[in-house]
Amino acid sequence: MRAPARDTAGRRGGAPLSAFMRWLGRAASLLAGDARADRVVPPAGFTAWLTVFTAGAMSFLAVFALAFSLAAGRLADSWSAELAGTATLRISAPPEQVAQQTAAALAILDGTPGIAAARALGAEEQRALLEPWFGPDLPVDSLPIPQLIEIVETPRGYDAQGLRLRLQAEVPGAVLDDHTRWRRPLVRAAEWLRVLGATSALLIAAAMAAMITLAARAALAANAQVIDVLRLVGARDVYIARAFVRRFTMRSLAGAAAGTVAGMLVLALLPEPGAAGGFLTGLGLAGTGWLVPLAIPPLAALVAFWATRGAAMRALRETT
Amino acid sequence: MIELCEVSYSYGGEALLSDVALELQPGSFHFLTGPSGSGKTTLLKLCYLELRASRGEVVFFGRPASQIGRDGVAGLRRRIGIVHQDCRFLDHLTVIENIALPLDVAGQPVGTRRQELDELLAWVGLSRRRGALPPELSGGERQRAALARAVILSPDVILADEPTGNLDWEMSLRLLTLLIELNRMGKTVLVATHDMTLIRQAKSQVAARVLRIRDRRLQAAGAEL
Repeated sequence: MRAPARDTAGRRGGAPLSAFMRWLGRAASLLAGDARADRVVPPAGFTAWLTVFTAGAMSFLAVFALAFSLAAGRLADSWSAELAGTATLRISAPPEQVAQQTAAALAILDGTPGIAAARALGAEEQRALLEPWFGPDLPVDSLPIPQLIEIVETPRGYDAQGLRLRLQAEVPGAVLDDHTRWRRPLVRAAEWLRVLGATSALLIAAAMAAMITLAARAALAANAQVIDVLRLVGARDVYIARAFVRRFTMRSLAGAAAGTVAGMLVLALLPEPGAAGGFLTGLGLAGTGWLVPLAIPPLAALVAFWATRGAAMRALRETT
Repeated sequence: MIELCEVSYSYGGEALLSDVALELQPGSFHFLTGPSGSGKTTLLKLCYLELRASRGEVVFFGRPASQIGRDGVAGLRRRIGIVHQDCRFLDHLTVIENIALPLDVAGQPVGTRRQELDELLAWVGLSRRRGALPPELSGGERQRAALARAVILSPDVILADEPTGNLDWEMSLRLLTLLIELNRMGKTVLVATHDMTLIRQAKSQVAARVLRIRDRRLQAAGAEL
């Protein structure tokens, strides 16, 4: 008497590694394809286009979610790096005392451990800082604008509290701003944006899995008679599922590839971030970041593989 | 080969078969008869595990059905050729592709068995219709194609459910001849039919045992034949 294949396979199992290798072998043979197995299921136009379109649209959105996440990450890094090593000293004093207090402050800063450089900003630099807010014709000289001193820290940093006390005693109009107050919320916000982008990508993958599951179940229901015939002639569940799984996986791969290319093209055509480039114009991918979306089509195919396989095996188990 | 031991089958609380005992010996020929709705199809379905007995045990090639899992059922159906009244083809595949389907499903290369397929087509008289699609076939051609598909894997048992139900007398006789030939090759054959004339015709050519379902029970048919 012939031994049923399932039993021998069951006894062979045990080690997770060998189970994984068996699964890998099955997945490889699935993707390698079987023209005859594919033919047993008649091509269904509606579910085919639904799957391709869903995979394409979701991948297009996933490119933007990824770009958003990567841009938020870059922003967080840049804010963190740019602001972490600098501080600003603001001197608000009567006009006749500004020069004197500036000199005193610079002398103090010069002798403070942890400060690499300190430099008073010139009138032109201060005008440039205010220009985005007040326009180019701002009469800086006639306005009581405080003098700003830019401080660059050493990697070890300085004792901000000690410096404040010294300045308070010797330069009464000086206010030290080490950027901590507003740097932290900004960095935190950028980190959240990054998490939001990654979460969006995961939600897109989940939505795609749900759509493909529905399409696969619709295809299985539409082909109930085909499945009945295949069972009658001795087809195992894996054989029947394979025809559906391979078809949906390949369709998703094709749709996702098209959607990813379209998304990357749109990103490439976004305007370059200018000198005053904000977050939105910096949304595009940069450097090796362009390689990241290339992972979307194979991931979409993997999602489709699992979604269809799960749907097919569940549906087949529900039948005799 | 297939043995039903005191098998009962109920559906929705209603008993359709009760205490059925049947043994299909190798090389035997059985007719199963009874009025429409008597349970012939149900009994056949129990014989290829499309249905599972509510009580009792069905033993396939020495193995109880209760020990046969899903993959085991698939393996079993490769040893049991089934012919239905409605044939059940894949209408988008040609006749030759439908007949070769069990080979494909069993992982046997179709290409190396071309000659066997050609001989089988010739045997059932469908050589000229090999490229036709099932909806293009006549009733008799469909039944012969279904028979060819049922025997392509050289099964031990052939189960036929009202195979001549839609055929005229001439076509019925032709199909019966094919079934008798299979039996002479050593195959076990079980044919469910309500056509008593066909059974009488067969009994003149083959030592067939005739069983009848009456009041949900299986019994040997006698005097009316």
